[in-house]
Amino acid sequence: MVNLAEFMAAVEGTNHTPEVDPEKVQITGGYVCDMLSDVMGSAREGQAWITIMKHLNTVAVAALTGIPAIVFSKGNVPEENVVEKATSEGICLISSGLDSFSLAGILYGMLN
Amino acid sequence: MARAFAAARSDMAEYLHIQSGREQAVRDFIEKPPEADVSLDSPIPEKDFNSAGKGSAEVKNLLKRLGVNPEVLRRVAVSAYEAEINVAAHSQGGEMLSHIYPDMIHVVFNDEGPGIADIEQAMVPGYSTADEMVRELGFGAGLGLPNIKKNADALRIRSEANGKTQLEFLIFFNSDE
Repeated sequence: MVNLAEFMAAVEGTNHTPEVDPEKVQITGGYVCDMLSDVMGSAREGQAWITIMKHLNTVAVAALTGIPAIVFSKGNVPEENVVEKATSEGICLISSGLDSFSLAGILYGMLN
Repeated sequence: MARAFAAARSDMAEYLHIQSGREQAVRDFIEKPPEADVSLDSPIPEKDFNSAGKGSAEVKNLLKRLGVNPEVLRRVAVSAYEAEINVAAHSQGGEMLSHIYPDMIHVVFNDEGPGIADIEQAMVPGYSTADEMVRELGFGAGLGLPNIKKNADALRIRSEANGKTQLEFLIFFNSDE
């Protein structure tokens, strides 16, 4: 397991949901995909989801699948309504300037 | 309440899939559908991807409060959300009706058409008729119906050519039968 705050520091990430404390989020794995149905079909509870998709349905998919954190790659920043929805669902939204491949590589290294 | 899994008319295409080991339980439900403890009704407007998911979230929260196992909860949520997105993406709108029993949930999706041209083809992973707008949102991978089939204990789809579609699924709460 990896503490989300440690992963955030490692990828120089920004937390858009200050009400959700990354220190209190434990990540059990990761999933990288921009197709929402694939995430719903294959991602597992407790995984961090790395994606460039940043619209409202992304948060809905995370909430329904049990994903505690979404990490937006390549500096993608979600809009305010997305942040509000995530906050109400207790999902942490993080942006990093790194691409999805690099984010996954760093998380993989920290998990193993 | 519409009778669950009622016989299809001859002018209607039908698809039925029951998970191995659940045949008897599904047959029992079909033959003698009990009275639901709780029923929820949620509209699904056409192409409204912000509203789609509200019904699923409502059901998920209710089942969570009822103490349903998290893995079963995930299967219900994924199946319901995929079906809601399908109605929003492919039909002229419809509704989601959820019937909750002590040991299972039965969810029915009715839409206003235009129907599924070929249900068998629609079940093939990767096959999709989604338009550009739906694909840009990250849907339309052709995985929606296969995801429901994978997660539900029973799935039935009935569709009239150029008419309405009904999709219904059953999920039992005891996952280790």
